[in-house]
Amino acid sequence: MADLSIDFCGIKSPNPFWLASAPPTNSGHQIHKAFEAGWGGAVWKTIGAPVLNVSNRYGTIKYNGQIIGLNNVELISDRPIEINLREIAEIKKLWPDRAVIASAMVESNPLAWKTIIQQIEDTGADGIELNYGCPHGMSERGMGAAVGQVPEYCEQITAWVREYSSIPVIVKLTPNVTNISASARAAVAGGAHALSLINTINSIVGVNLETFELSPNIGGKGGHGGYAGPAVKPIALHLMSQVALTEEVMRAKLPISGMGGIMNWQDAAEFLLLGASSLQVCTAAMLYGYRVVEDMIDGLSNWLDEKGIGSVNEIIGKSLPRISDFGDFDLSFKTVARVNPDSCIQCNLCYIACNDTEHQCIDLKRGEEVVMPGFDERDNGRIQATSSRPFPVVRESDCVGCDLCHNVCPVTGCITMVEVPSGRAPTTWRQLSAERPEVTQDWEAMKRYRAEVGIDIH
Amino acid sequence: MLTLPTSALSAESLEQNFQEVLPALSKREASIEANRCLFCYDAPCTHACPTHIDIPGFIKKIARDNVKGSARVILESNFLGSTCARVCPVEELCEGACVLGSDHKPIEIGRLQRYSTDFVLEKKLDLFKPAPSTGKKVVVIGAGPAGLSCAAELAKLGHAVTILERKPLAGGLSTYGIVVFREPVQVSLAEVEMVERLGVNIKTGVTVGVDVTLESLTSDYDAVFLSVGLGTVPSLGIPGENLLGVVDGIKFIEDTKTQAYSSIPVGKHVCVIGAGNTAIDAATIARRLGAESVTMVYRRSASEMTAYNFEFEFAKKEGIEYRFLSNPVAVRGTDSVTGLECVKMRLGAPDSSGRPRPEAIPDSNFVLECDMVISAIGQEKHQSLAQQLNLETKNGYIVTDAHNQTSRPGIYAGGDCVRVTGDASTVMAVQDGKIAARGIHAQMLEGMVSAND
Ligand SMILES: Cc1cc2nc3c(=O)[nH]c(=O)nc-3n(C[C@H](O)[C@H](O)[C@H](O)COP(=O)(O)OP(=O)(O)OC[C@H]3O[C@@H](n4cnc5c(N)ncnc54)[C@H](O)[C@@H]3O)c2cc1C
Ligand SMILES: Cc1cc2nc3c(=O)[nH]c(=O)nc-3n(C[C@H](O)[C@H](O)[C@H](O)COP(=O)(O)O)c2cc1C
Ligand code: SF4
Ligand code: SF4
Ligand code: SF4
Repeated sequence: MADLSIDFCGIKSPNPFWLASAPPTNSGHQIHKAFEAGWGGAVWKTIGAPVLNVSNRYGTIKYNGQIIGLNNVELISDRPIEINLREIAEIKKLWPDRAVIASAMVESNPLAWKTIIQQIEDTGADGIELNYGCPHGMSERGMGAAVGQVPEYCEQITAWVREYSSIPVIVKLTPNVTNISASARAAVAGGAHALSLINTINSIVGVNLETFELSPNIGGKGGHGGYAGPAVKPIALHLMSQVALTEEVMRAKLPISGMGGIMNWQDAAEFLLLGASSLQVCTAAMLYGYRVVEDMIDGLSNWLDEKGIGSVNEIIGKSLPRISDFGDFDLSFKTVARVNPDSCIQCNLCYIACNDTEHQCIDLKRGEEVVMPGFDERDNGRIQATSSRPFPVVRESDCVGCDLCHNVCPVTGCITMVEVPSGRAPTTWRQLSAERPEVTQDWEAMKRYRAEVGIDIH
Repeated sequence: MLTLPTSALSAESLEQNFQEVLPALSKREASIEANRCLFCYDAPCTHACPTHIDIPGFIKKIARDNVKGSARVILESNFLGSTCARVCPVEELCEGACVLGSDHKPIEIGRLQRYSTDFVLEKKLDLFKPAPSTGKKVVVIGAGPAGLSCAAELAKLGHAVTILERKPLAGGLSTYGIVVFREPVQVSLAEVEMVERLGVNIKTGVTVGVDVTLESLTSDYDAVFLSVGLGTVPSLGIPGENLLGVVDGIKFIEDTKTQAYSSIPVGKHVCVIGAGNTAIDAATIARRLGAESVTMVYRRSASEMTAYNFEFEFAKKEGIEYRFLSNPVAVRGTDSVTGLECVKMRLGAPDSSGRPRPEAIPDSNFVLECDMVISAIGQEKHQSLAQQLNLETKNGYIVTDAHNQTSRPGIYAGGDCVRVTGDASTVMAVQDGKIAARGIHAQMLEGMVSAND
């Protein structure tokens, strides 16, 4: 069985799965249960400034009956700080092999930070995570995202914390910025040992069509909250890999704790491949309980075994080198879609996608004959409807290889995108811009270029 | 007078036995099922439905909780969508064509259709309004599915429609012939009301050809639609068929739709002659009324039965026994039935229907002991109406063209009375009515144009 243990800037844990700082890590009782379920670590629910919470706190987006996005207006821990500190110490003593990390957020002055860092170090926690991300409630008070969104504040506070602490400092970044690299650079400059991202995304999750109230509804009012869950995964993967590829981060070799929409082992593997060396999970645990970790561990481990990979550490960042600018893509790489009629169930979703959206190059064919959609009003019955139903066939000469049909097809493996020779020498937009700048600036030159190399787009 | 005893079962268990076989889908079930639908383009389920309901269209609306919109999509193509949702042989139609059937379970289209149409039926919502009056009058003869469908479509287009119906209640076989546990009478009657609310005038208790002549109707109205269906079960033509305990299968089913279950006579040991849909329905009813044994007697073998396979399976589940290759030759008994005498058959060369012709094996007679014989060997055709109007017929069925017009211009026909080939079904009757309505409308528009000239 593959080795799942990790060492994250000196913080060790038996597997890469940590509960993110959030309601599932609100108390010692809960984290004890979570560790029993198998979680490798937990980032305690953020402690710090005094707060009061509201009800209702959550709103969700459902698709086909399943929750794909969770929005919240929760604040940081609303339990008195001494209770949290006492329980952190108890848990660390009970579970020496697990990663116990305290998340903190206080007012932006050195004294407040000095006090809380001291208190956290006294608990024996393995590390500190600085919550620069909370997008609601705290930011209005100059904390959370209000810090994370201003690189100078982020650098300053990180530096204070580094000065007062002796344990690893993880800076948690907010996604609610236009350039996440600037936030990451500031954390590096402030002396962070590691980064984590993403915190939740600013969002309004919905309006109740009965009452016109917002969701969640707080006594008739509502507002923006933080968005998490499966729907944010693509955004998280992008931001995380952008941070991983930021020069200063690479140079300082800062490890990254990745999160945002990890629901299962496959999501986890993708985060690892794009540069995460520890993983945090909140929404999955909120929706299904701590037990979700069981298959995250099992599935990841089986996958590594199947790939013949001995340790989870071997795959960290493996797909990062593939991330490239558009300007470096090979313009001569060409694919076409091919339908396997043996597995096709004839739903025609590829046909309508190609015809209404793409390049109108899928025909419905009965043998060699191209047939139009539709029926005769006297048609009747299963046999008539199915025996004469045409199959989709791609006119490969017109197919631009966009991949839409392959994505909409409900049958896995039925449509394959096949690489075909384009007959053109490999070239990129960057090369083209350097070698023949007129082609990239003038449509007439572009047309001549297309004719010359044999590109025909109808 | 001698009578057969009625059911020994308690009123509650009888009530229980005649509950709808498939329960209504809950909102949650409907939503989960609707979300499973792929929303196929030019969907095969829509091709297969004889009325070509936009099935993915109505299912997606259920998924998005637009139930009224969903019902409208259904009723636009099939005004009797609530009946069809219950009685259609969906395995052979929409569901049989569903793309998910090949490697998974097809979408339960029938039950989803019922979910939406029952919503408007129960709330008595009227989703269609008649167009401004055209001043044209159409008479529809027979208030079964074909007649109701045709009347509804014509009323929507602004024509004044009168339906004449022989029975006390409208609905045709949906009211009188479809077993209660597949379609309760109230569903059929609610659909009838929906047609009436479109302004259609339904006169029941009027037998055309007896109470009013067909010829007078042709002169009083701008067009006629004949939707008289088929008649009763033909006589068996064997000795003893008038004994007490020999009943007509269709009448037997009708009793369960119009009378208290506890008042319907039923035997202890019942033989059913025939193996079609009516025979299976009658056999099932006999069982559910409390018959200890029910045996279906069929002169051919299992593979030549006209009933659908799922019906055969259903019958076997109901505990009904089959005697294949057995041909009844006499009903035994003095006053009432004591047995059914049959002769064993073997299969010979194919006959005109392509099925092997059954031949009697000499001296192989045997008697099945029973106290009730249900005859379900098909339905008779109403030849006289066609004859009165001098309409062209084929094998007793009225011949029609692509617009469902008969050999006499202005007289249209549809439903079971024209169904020469294929299995007669409600949904096909509905489509016939629709096509005829369009034909009648087009013809009357032409008439109006030329009258204006
Ligand atoms: C026992 C049984 C079970 C069936 N089960 C199913 C099933 O599960 N699914 C399915 O799809 N189909 C089923 N069918 C078939 C289906 O019921 C018919 O195909 C359908 O009802 C045909 O509709 P129609 O309008 O042509 O005729 P009908 O429903 O027969 O209606 C004809 C109407 O015309 C009236 N009429 C006749 N003569 C006159 C006259 N002279 N004057 C005035 N009125 C007249 C009759 O009283 C009747 O109301 C079943 C049929 C039977 C007999
Ligand atoms: C209800 C809720 C409360 C949260 N509270 C905190 C918090 O106190 N501190 C913090 O750093 N992040 C907090 N987060 C953000 C999560 O730690 C995490 O970054 C985010 O939910 C993305 O991960 P996920 O998609 O697995 O949920 C909270 C998230 C949720 C949903
Ligand atoms: S989950 Fe339900 S019961 Fe529990 S605190 Fe929230 S609102 Fe209350
Ligand atoms: S989408 Fe896939 S299954 Fe559907 S018709 Fe196209 S190839 Fe066949
Ligand atoms: S064939 Fe099946 S999946 Fe496709 S639209 Fe019809 S019901 Fe839906």
